[in-house]
Amino acid sequence: MSQIYEAIRSFWLPEQASTTAHVIDAPFMFILIASTIMLIGVTFYLFYLPWKYRRRSSADVPYPVKENHLLEMSWIVIPTILVFIVFFWGFKAHVDTVVAPADAYEVNVQGKKWLWQFNYNEGITTTNELVVPANRPVKLIMNSVDVLHSFYVPEFRIKHDVLPNRYSTVWFEAVRADTFQILCTEYCGTGHSVMGAKVIALGAQEWNEWVASGGGKGIQPGDSPVELGEALYTKNVCNTCHSIDGSSKVGPSFLGHWGETRNFVDGGSAVMDEDYTRESILYPAAHIVEDYQPVMPSYQGQLSDGEVYALIQYIKSINGADVPATFAEGGFGGDGDAGGADAADDAAADAPAAE
Amino acid sequence: MASSTATVAAPAHDAHGHDDHHGHDHPPHLKHYFVTSEQQFEAAKLGMWLFLVTEILLFGGMFVAYGIFRAWYPELFAEASTQLDTVMGATNTLVLLLSSFTVAFAIRGAQTDNQKVLFWNLVATVALAGVFMVIKYFEYTHKFDLGIFPGAAFNPTSDVVNPTEGIFAHPRAGVFFSIYYVMTGIHGFHVLIGMVAISILAWKARQGKYTSAWYTPVENVGLYWHVVDIIWIFLFPLMYLI
Amino acid sequence: MTSVDHKRIGIMYLVAISTFFALGGILALLVRTELAMLGDTIMDADTYNRVFTMHGVVMVFLFIVPSIPASLGNIIMPIQLGAKDVAFPKLNLMSFYLYVAGAFLAILSLRTGGVDTGWTFYTPYSAETGTAVIAMGMGVFVAGFASILTGINFIVTIHKMRAPGLTWNRMPLFCWGLYATSIVQVLATPVIGITMLLLVLERTLGIGIFDPALGGDPVLFQHFFWFYSHPAVYIMILPAFGVISELVTTFSRQKVYGYTAIALSSVAIALLGFLVWGHHMFTSGQSIVSSIVFSMITFLIGIPSGIKIFNWIATMYRGSVWLVTPMLYAISFLFLFTIGGLTGIMVGALAVDIHLHDTYFVVAHFHYVMMGGTVIAMLGGLFYWWPKFTGKLYHEGMGVASAVLVFIGFNMTFFIQFVMGSQGMPRRYADYPDLPWLEPLHQFSTIGSYVLGLGLLLVLFNGIWSLFKGKPAPGNPWGGASLEWTHTTSPPDPHNFSRTPLVTHGPYDYYTVFNGAGDGAMGDGMGDGANRPAPVPVITEGAPQEFDKQIDLGTRQA
Repeated sequence: MSQIYEAIRSFWLPEQASTTAHVIDAPFMFILIASTIMLIGVTFYLFYLPWKYRRRSSADVPYPVKENHLLEMSWIVIPTILVFIVFFWGFKAHVDTVVAPADAYEVNVQGKKWLWQFNYNEGITTTNELVVPANRPVKLIMNSVDVLHSFYVPEFRIKHDVLPNRYSTVWFEAVRADTFQILCTEYCGTGHSVMGAKVIALGAQEWNEWVASGGGKGIQPGDSPVELGEALYTKNVCNTCHSIDGSSKVGPSFLGHWGETRNFVDGGSAVMDEDYTRESILYPAAHIVEDYQPVMPSYQGQLSDGEVYALIQYIKSINGADVPATFAEGGFGGDGDAGGADAADDAAADAPAAE
Repeated sequence: MASSTATVAAPAHDAHGHDDHHGHDHPPHLKHYFVTSEQQFEAAKLGMWLFLVTEILLFGGMFVAYGIFRAWYPELFAEASTQLDTVMGATNTLVLLLSSFTVAFAIRGAQTDNQKVLFWNLVATVALAGVFMVIKYFEYTHKFDLGIFPGAAFNPTSDVVNPTEGIFAHPRAGVFFSIYYVMTGIHGFHVLIGMVAISILAWKARQGKYTSAWYTPVENVGLYWHVVDIIWIFLFPLMYLI
Repeated sequence: MTSVDHKRIGIMYLVAISTFFALGGILALLVRTELAMLGDTIMDADTYNRVFTMHGVVMVFLFIVPSIPASLGNIIMPIQLGAKDVAFPKLNLMSFYLYVAGAFLAILSLRTGGVDTGWTFYTPYSAETGTAVIAMGMGVFVAGFASILTGINFIVTIHKMRAPGLTWNRMPLFCWGLYATSIVQVLATPVIGITMLLLVLERTLGIGIFDPALGGDPVLFQHFFWFYSHPAVYIMILPAFGVISELVTTFSRQKVYGYTAIALSSVAIALLGFLVWGHHMFTSGQSIVSSIVFSMITFLIGIPSGIKIFNWIATMYRGSVWLVTPMLYAISFLFLFTIGGLTGIMVGALAVDIHLHDTYFVVAHFHYVMMGGTVIAMLGGLFYWWPKFTGKLYHEGMGVASAVLVFIGFNMTFFIQFVMGSQGMPRRYADYPDLPWLEPLHQFSTIGSYVLGLGLLLVLFNGIWSLFKGKPAPGNPWGGASLEWTHTTSPPDPHNFSRTPLVTHGPYDYYTVFNGAGDGAMGDGMGDGANRPAPVPVITEGAPQEFDKQIDLGTRQA
């Protein structure tokens, strides 16, 4: 019996990967089974009655049926009772699962067109990867920097809209260390369907290591800026808007414009060089290239100086320009310990200087 | 339900037009698909009432928006309303109230077959509505002079009012004036429609089209005009006074 | 085109509405085709967003809201009431042209690149996107006026234009359905009007009521929007309830079981429908308390709908069931609407909705209600009344084939979407790179949509065939007992009746009617090889006066 139940459940619903998933699945399954029984009953009569009382002669004039009040009462009262069970169950399951435990680990979530950004208390920032400890409640405090989004993890059965002018929260506790899918469920424009991200739930030890390593990133003088830049290109999903094959998407391609003069909508122009590219990453609204919309979010405070440098070198490398093999070679030796946990501080110190 | 089961007891007036239940012939205003004048009159009046319900709901949406924003920024709304000219608002309230009387007298004139009363009261109503619009025009242009435009153009000029002080320093000051412009603007639009409708009535009344036997358009436009007045009666205190 | 005859206006509406249904259907097929394969199949994401938005807007505002009331309602309701026309024929014509103007504005937005906001126009996206939201918003605003005027016209007609003896409890259930619908149209449509107006002002002047950047609130927009758009769901479904009531009773030749319950519950649903809009917003950030209240009222409104289904099924009990095309559509309605209703219970349950909201489960649910409900009922009604207003019989074989194809195609397209949705497929996705294992399910759904399209094409073909090749229809081919069948010809003469009928029995008193008028004219039903004569009373062409007099004079003496 329970095997059949499980088979039905897994046909309809994804895996139960959070501690609250089964609370929400229970009323779902109850309605599903009750509905199926009711539908079978209705279907039976939809076949049986037209067959049993089929018209035998065009002159048939059946005698009017007298209404049976007991029958009517039964089909009013029974559905009403069922419906109230469902209401209370649905409402109780919601109340039981909506409030986060007080000791939950908090992460700040920002939705923007079209990526998710996660800011941790340890000063770490990740994009499109929500790294959390497994078997520990995690509370997300979410807002949007532009339009409405909605944060949805099917395996956790959580969903909440992310709004521009206020904070909303959801919480979950992953039952095991694994990777789960995040989806955006509030329509937000061109990239709505590619605004996916991952929840990466780590075991206790891996989690501590990840936090200690400052989110697993730190720039060493011997690292290759191009490799890091490529990794950042993927990680920050620049590819949603900027191709590397020359095709124009929401934003201009990274291929083919290096060293060119770019014309702006306000009539000005500039040559695409290191300075211009840096400004475009940190202050994207400063100059808008003709034929494009001012939709790019600012990465100020999210990328360290070293990371911006790496991205620029990556763009240069795509266009065949000369690039240094290591950070040290590029004159970034002193910034060896930058990035990671210090990234935010770095950028904070950087910002006023740039103004 | 019992009362509404009563139906019109007269037989249809068919193509041959013999109708022995009523002493009079088909009056010219009676449409062929109605059986009696009463039926036609009641239908027109019910239709008008339903239309007025939609008008009230239309404004209802805006009043809800007003209420919500007022609840969010009570101090802003309380203070911003002092920027509106209460004297002009009150004058307009009186003007509209007076026009409600004149339109009621016009209906009375139609009922009593007094064509003069009917015509001149309609003319007076249009004139009063015109006064309302002129006062409204002065209010709007005064605001525009101060740079108080609706929406994104909101930009109080510093040589007249101090945009860094009082309500103009409030980051949401523009929202109050936006709501003010939207609500009074749409109301003003309704006044204009009313002026056109009443002018047409007056023109037809001049030709003697409306008698005590049939004055449905006068009655219906009168109803519309009362609703336009009532909406203003709510707008005035909400915007200007509190 | 300038006729004020309600039948002509209804037919003009029918043509216009069918055109928009075809347009919306083609857009739907484009959507399904794009989703059949991962990656850009036939269009990119921006085009997809415009296509699904246009599909939604066309289907909701230009097709399904006016669908049954403006076309079948306009044609049939005054006849069922024994009236010569609606109360305000000129207003009726004006509302048609307003509808056309609104549709024109909405279509105009295509010229400037279409709209990519979804039919819900949620702010702040709709306030900032570069597409033609203003034209579209004004289109919806103008078409809304058409809807209001039709509603007013119908309410007044039903109150004031009923024939002598046609008391409220003798009024056909189709009229009851339209009456309830009209109430919602009159009360709800002004709110979408002002919402659209404010949205347009937001974009043109930046008044800041909905835009958070200017101090506004996007959730406020959602409240405004759903305050109309949820009741609008009842604008769409209540007339369908009316049609189904007529079909089930006529083809069972049995009184509608629980006439009063069906009639009054329609009105109750119309009024309760105003109190449930918040169930679209369980994940939006409204307070939990309001979510609970909205969930509660949602379930209350579900009960009368369920009771109606039981009543319709019970109508067939001890009847004489005639399985022709309209009845097949009615039975498929009962099956599909039951699924639509039961899944509605699922998305109404607070905790469950958190998981299902904005997924394909919701998409499947509302297609089962809107398409499986309203569209199927409209098709059934169209086949039922087609002989009446065209004077021609349709092809029965093609009719049955279309009913079967539509039923199979519909279930293939949408049932699988319940599973996709509860497995986590979000709606309004141009592509699903994160859920690649859904590709075969999407393909199944796409194939289903082609079958569905084929079935609908067959309906269109049947109609055209019937206009040119169909046999002339007798006055009462189905043996109906309401006035449009017993008291007038097919098609009815311009003034509907030669004499205003005096009504002496209920609309479904088959027993009285058939046994009481034994010597009435006997009409041969459809020839077409199958001998399907309908019993008395049938008025053959040109002879309504005779029958009219019989009832009219006979009972007036008594």
